[in-house]
Amino acid sequence: MPVLTLSQAINTGLRRALEDDPAVIVMGQDVGGLGGVFRVTDGLQKDFGADRVIDTPLAEAGIVGTAIGLALRGYRPVCEIQFDGFVYPAFNQIVSQLAKLRARSGGRLALPVVVRIPVGGGIGAVEHHSESNEAYFAHTAGLRVVCCSNPQDGHWLLRQAIDCDDPVIFYEPKRRYWSKSDVPEDPGDLPRFEHAQVLRDGGDVTVLTYGGMVDTCLRAAEAAEEEGHSLEVIDLRTLSPLDIETITESVRETGRCVVVHEAPTFAGLGAEIGAAVTEHCFYHLEAPVLRVGGYNTPYPPAKFEDQYLPDLDRVLDAVDQSFAW
Amino acid sequence: MTDTLSTGVTRELDENALLDAYRTMRTIRAFEERLHDEFATGEIPGFVHLYAGEEASATGVCTHLDDRDSIASTHRGHGHCIAKGVDVKAMMAEIYGRRTGSCHGKGGSMHIADLSKGMLGANGIVGGGPPLICGAALAAKQQRTGGVGVAFFGDGASNQGTTLEALNLASVWNLPAIFVAENNGYAEATASTWSVAADNIADRAAGFGMPGVIVDGFDFFAVYEAAGEAIERAREGGGPTLIEVKFTRYFGHFEGDQQTYRASEVANARENLDCLKRFRSRVTETGQVEAAKLDAVDAQVADLVDAAVDEAKAAPKPTAADLETDVYVSY
Ligand SMILES: Cc1ncc(C[n+]2csc(CCOP(=O)(O)OP(=O)(O)O)c2C)c(N)n1
Ligand SMILES: [Mg+2]
Repeated sequence: MPVLTLSQAINTGLRRALEDDPAVIVMGQDVGGLGGVFRVTDGLQKDFGADRVIDTPLAEAGIVGTAIGLALRGYRPVCEIQFDGFVYPAFNQIVSQLAKLRARSGGRLALPVVVRIPVGGGIGAVEHHSESNEAYFAHTAGLRVVCCSNPQDGHWLLRQAIDCDDPVIFYEPKRRYWSKSDVPEDPGDLPRFEHAQVLRDGGDVTVLTYGGMVDTCLRAAEAAEEEGHSLEVIDLRTLSPLDIETITESVRETGRCVVVHEAPTFAGLGAEIGAAVTEHCFYHLEAPVLRVGGYNTPYPPAKFEDQYLPDLDRVLDAVDQSFAW
Repeated sequence: MTDTLSTGVTRELDENALLDAYRTMRTIRAFEERLHDEFATGEIPGFVHLYAGEEASATGVCTHLDDRDSIASTHRGHGHCIAKGVDVKAMMAEIYGRRTGSCHGKGGSMHIADLSKGMLGANGIVGGGPPLICGAALAAKQQRTGGVGVAFFGDGASNQGTTLEALNLASVWNLPAIFVAENNGYAEATASTWSVAADNIADRAAGFGMPGVIVDGFDFFAVYEAAGEAIERAREGGGPTLIEVKFTRYFGHFEGDQQTYRASEVANARENLDCLKRFRSRVTETGQVEAAKLDAVDAQVADLVDAAVDEAKAAPKPTAADLETDVYVSY
């Protein structure tokens, strides 16, 4: 495959999945004729028809509920939610039905449903259009929660998510939709979607992150190197279940750990990771696990966005704080 | 149960009332057209959905309302706010994200609210408003204020579960509630002729045991008459009504929308159906209002909008310290 943007890489992922498996169905508001609000499903209805790329009325609960019924009858639906904050009308279907049916049926039922959600801030939008709500779903057993950060993962994590028999909440950091990179034809050496990936080796501090903050953390690692600190940057990719092995392996080496996400820190993923790292690596830690995240406020209007979103400086401050402990 | 109303005016409006209604519609139009231009300069943050073309709906309904009455609005809420009496300068400042805005710059275009005017809020969540109006209407009913609640919502929102739940609740509790379905033909790119399974949204009223009415949304007098009847019935304990208002929005779904999904229906609407043009020709032809008085309103409104933009641009922006305030009453 050539160099693709994240949005093209996901589009191609959907296209290949539709080609490979007649059970795959793409559905959501304006995914067909319009190609989605972010044009991620562009051209798919034209090529695969309106039975496989289905436009829905505005009804998130109905969309996800229908996908559950389709999955129970042998399909592999991929639902698009337009923006993070619009998934809440479907929350009941996701948490009470999608997540629970497998355990409730004694493992008899498989729910191969993917719910794609553009997530996070950075595009000058507001509340409901910029939220990071992964912790709600990560808290719900039975859901896999995945977040891509770059085009190759956008493509391959999505395809693995579609192939997976468990329900997957699939997050796409919307501010990275236009970022480009090479997408391999073959998943080859890419870790599978259950695994985190070390994107940059380093010996001093483990920086755990995902989605829209990965790029920020990689840039922070470059800046830190100039100051003589070597950061190991890990893209978690899968937020639930968490790849605790990759995490602990790194923290046992570095002895320091900073978790970075856009979501508010209170009861966010960082809190869970901090506790897990403390339990697994207590005697290796030189400092407490530190968190960098959004403030504990609703996502603010665009004028505040730069202040709200963690940036390079906030990541580096946390690194300094870890060293100063 | 659905009937199409003729546009005869049953409730006579005197000259002052007609001028007020015209002023409201003109203010909404001027506000939105100015925002359309200003948005293109890149100075306005966030997403902006304009109400131009739909003025007769908010105005025809809100002309009957006072401060006892509540309305819930949508993402396309500027018109509802203006018609319910929210300060135009505070609205403009809010849209510019300034501290002098109705919500101190923390709500933005999609979340303008002013409780003192009974404006419970624009709403970034489609279908978010109708259930709130059940609460406002229940409060009015229990407190015997004679007040009503009005939920404005779009054709897209009419398909959302929350809206359908609210319609049923309002009927079950016999609430003084009016549901105004603003059918502008599209929800983003989705045509309502396809997404609404009935021929008309108003046809659904029968299923909820309430009257359903369809009105020409470009005609202020038609909306005014239908809303007047429904509001009077609600105030007298006669329960809820569903009014479907049909029209076209003049601009894209949001500012920046390429509008690949619709043909040039807008040009015809602007030329031949426009609510302001029709209002003007009607009241001048009947001799109820002199054209010069309408011209004077146009000039005053233009000045007001100019001033609102100038003041908004000059107003202080929020600071980082404002970020963590207002989340709790006390914390
Ligand atoms: C729950 C929810 N889903 C999706 C959206 C995205 N969205 C914003 S406006 C809109 C279309 C609404 O259409 P309609 O109700 O007809 O109102 P109109 O824009 O035409 O005034 C959509 C889908 C949203 N804001 N909230
Ligand atoms: Mg509409």
